[in-house]
Amino acid sequence: MRSPKRLGEKIIERLLLLSALVSILLVALIFLFLFREGLPAFAEIPLLSFLTGETWQPVAEEPKYGILPLLSGTMLVTIGAVGVAVPLGISTALYLSEVAGSREKEILKPFIELLAGVPSVVYGFVALTVLATAVQTLFGNTFRLNALNGSLVLAVMILPTIVSIAEDALSAVPMEYKEAAWALGASRWETLRRVVLPAASSGVFIGVILGIGRAVGETMAVLMATGNSPVVTADFFRSIETMTAAIAIEMGEVVYGSVHYSALFAIGLVLFAITFVINLAADAFVERSVRRFKR
Amino acid sequence: MIESFKKVKIDVRALNVWFYKKHVLKDLSMRFRTNAVTSIMGPSGCGKTTLIRSLNRMNEVLKGSRTEGEVLVDGENVYDSDIDVFELRRRVGMVFQKPNPFPKSIFENVAFGLRIQGMNKRDQLEERIMVSLRRAGLWDEVKDRMEESALTLSGGQQQRLCIARALAVEPEVILMDEPTSALDPAATARIETLIRELAKDYTVVIVTHNMQQAARVSDLTAFLYIGELIEYSPTPDIFENPQNVLTEKYITGEFG
Repeated sequence: MRSPKRLGEKIIERLLLLSALVSILLVALIFLFLFREGLPAFAEIPLLSFLTGETWQPVAEEPKYGILPLLSGTMLVTIGAVGVAVPLGISTALYLSEVAGSREKEILKPFIELLAGVPSVVYGFVALTVLATAVQTLFGNTFRLNALNGSLVLAVMILPTIVSIAEDALSAVPMEYKEAAWALGASRWETLRRVVLPAASSGVFIGVILGIGRAVGETMAVLMATGNSPVVTADFFRSIETMTAAIAIEMGEVVYGSVHYSALFAIGLVLFAITFVINLAADAFVERSVRRFKR
Repeated sequence: MIESFKKVKIDVRALNVWFYKKHVLKDLSMRFRTNAVTSIMGPSGCGKTTLIRSLNRMNEVLKGSRTEGEVLVDGENVYDSDIDVFELRRRVGMVFQKPNPFPKSIFENVAFGLRIQGMNKRDQLEERIMVSLRRAGLWDEVKDRMEESALTLSGGQQQRLCIARALAVEPEVILMDEPTSALDPAATARIETLIRELAKDYTVVIVTHNMQQAARVSDLTAFLYIGELIEYSPTPDIFENPQNVLTEKYITGEFG
C-alpha cells in the first residue's frame, strides 16, 4: 500500500541527505581552493626549500620563502601549551569526575567550559598586557612578547576542550570496574591509576588531540602574544611567529596572484596536512585500543 | 544445628544500616561460620546485598550510607577507626552480581590484586595466577590465551575469572552477590559446583533470591525480610521445617 505519508518521509530523507552533503562539499571546496591558490607557489619555490628554508622574508629585495621558522614557531607554542594544559586538564578532569561532589561539579564544569566561549582576541589582549608583564616580572626575559607567553595563553584556551572531553570519558567508566578494584583492596588512587585512567584513556586522548588541533590552528591570540619574529628557535623566551600568524598578518597586504600570495596559501595547505595527520593518527590509536579491550 | 559448624568467622552484632533516611538493615545479628556456605535469601529490597556489603565495608563507597553496630571478623570489629579497610577487603573478597572483569587481559585481571599488594615479579605472578585460575576451574580454558582481553570470554567464564581474581589475593572469606543471576543454567551449574569446593578452604557467603540455589549450595540459610533476620538455620531445616510463618510463605512461593 502506498500512502501519502511515504512520499513525505522520502522528501524529508532526501533533504537531510542534502544537508549532510553540503558540509562534505564545503570541506572539499575549501581543500580544492587551497590547492588551486597554493600550488603555483611551488612553480617558483622548490618544495624542499619551502619546507626546510630557514628564512622567511617574503617582502625583501630578494624574497626568501622558507617556512621552517613558522613551523618551528607553531611547534614550540603548541608543545608549550600542551605541556601545561594536558597535566592541568587531566588533573582537573580527575578532580571533577572522581573527587568533586555532584553539586560542585555542576558549578565548576560550566565555568571551565565558559573559557571556550571567550573570544580569542580577548585572550590575546590579556596575553599582550597582563600576562606578558607577569612573565617578564617573573623571569626577567628580554623579549616581552615570546613563545612562553603564547604557550600560556594557548594552554588556557585549549584547557576547556581537554577538561570537558576527558571528564566525559572518565565519568563514563562503569561503576562496576571501580567496585571490583575497591573490593580487591585497592585505594582510591590505585583505582584511578590502574583502572579508571586506562579505561578512559582513549577518550582522554581524543580530548588531548582536539586540544592540539585547536592549538595548531589558533591565530589571533598567539599573534598578539608572541611578538611575530620568524626565527628558528627552541627558546621559549624568544619572540617567534606561527604559521597562522604569518598568514593573518601578511594576507591583507599581499599582491593578489603573486608568489607571496600563493606561498601563504601553501602554508595553509601545510597546516591542513598537519591537522589531518594528527586526526588520522588519533583515529588509528583509538581504533586499536578499542578493538583490543572493548566489547 | 548451626552449632555443628563450630568456628565463627564473622560475628555481626546489632547492625543497622541506613541509606539517607531509609533504614535498610534493622538491628541485625548473626554469625557466619568457617568452612561453610551461608546463603542469604529474601525478596528484593530486603537488605541481602546491603548485609554482605557491610561485611567488607563496601557500603561506604555508596552515597548516603550510614552504619551502626559491629561486624567482628576473627573477633576484630571492622568498623573500628583504626582498621585498615584495604587489608580488610583483601581478606574478605567479593564477587558481584554482574561479571565485572576489567577491560584488561586475562592475565592482568587476576594479577590486579597482587600488583596492588606490590607483587611485580613475572614468575611469582604467573605462579599465583595459575593456582587461582585452577581453583576457579578456568585454567584449562584460558591457559593459551592469557594475553587476550577478558571481555572476549563468555559470561560464565568472566564470572569464574572474577572468582579467580578474588582468590588470587588469598582471602579468608568470599562474599558473592547473586553470582549466577546473569548466567545461563550450564554456567550456573559450574559456579555452584565451584562454590561447594571453595567451602573446603574458605568462609563463603552467598546472596541469592533463587531458593533452589540456596538449597543446592549452602550449609546454612538465612531468610531476610524488610531488613530483619527472620530465620537462620541449617539449610535442610529451613526448607523442610520453617519455624516462621513468613519463611514458610516465602518458601512456598506465596510472595517473592
